[in-house]
Amino acid sequence: MSLFKVFDIAGTAMSAQTLRLNTTASNLANADSVSSSIHQTYRARQPVFATLLDELNPAAPAGGVQVLGVVESGAPLQQEYAPDHPMANEAGYIFHPNVNSIEEMANMISASRSYQNNVEMANTSKQLLLRTLQLGQ
Amino acid sequence: MSISFDAALGIYPQAVTLGSRRAEILAANLANGDTPGYKARDIDFKAALQQAQGQGLSLQATHAGHLSHSLGQFPGDEALYRIPQQASLDGNTVDSQVEHSEFMQNALQYQASLHFLSGKFKGLLSALRGE
Repeated sequence: MSLFKVFDIAGTAMSAQTLRLNTTASNLANADSVSSSIHQTYRARQPVFATLLDELNPAAPAGGVQVLGVVESGAPLQQEYAPDHPMANEAGYIFHPNVNSIEEMANMISASRSYQNNVEMANTSKQLLLRTLQLGQ
Repeated sequence: MSISFDAALGIYPQAVTLGSRRAEILAANLANGDTPGYKARDIDFKAALQQAQGQGLSLQATHAGHLSHSLGQFPGDEALYRIPQQASLDGNTVDSQVEHSEFMQNALQYQASLHFLSGKFKGLLSALRGE
């Protein structure tokens, strides 16, 4: 029954979008985590989505979403000259994460809208299945 | 005269099966709305339904031992790719609004087919009871 697969598909998509919300939350929370070393500074993290294909039949049209991994943004860090800052290094610099707050906010809204879409999809499928169970009554 | 359920129920069982399959494909489109490089797909419902009805091409069986070609899947429902209205940078062709409305429309059509199917069953039941 194909309608049951909708739950699987919506489930994988919801879990992927949750991970995206998680990384966004982590990015926004760490937007001001300054560091004294360029190597220890927090870098913005983004999940990489891919379609989950059916292994038995790769040409099958329907598939859920899988998260291939989480990558760190390669954008340059901002360094600031603040010799009075407790985290400043010997040269007097602190490093800010490369988190773009506006980008993250847009990302968050997009993720939450996608999540809602998937919840609605699962709800509709549930109603269709319930109607199917009541067939002939 | 034997009772043939296929003849009695008409096109609706095929429509319901195809509708559930289309719901799955549209759900995959919606789920992959943020996947880079995903190409939205859909089935040609009319052509698929016609093939399911046996009006399309079918294999000719020349031997009694030949298996029929319907292996639980309709022959004509190969999913086609949608032509995107707006190109996106990451190669994704899912238009969330279009997919959403198609999904809703498909759900309504599915319910309509179920309703008609239910009516057919009710008709058969009252015919059997003879009340």
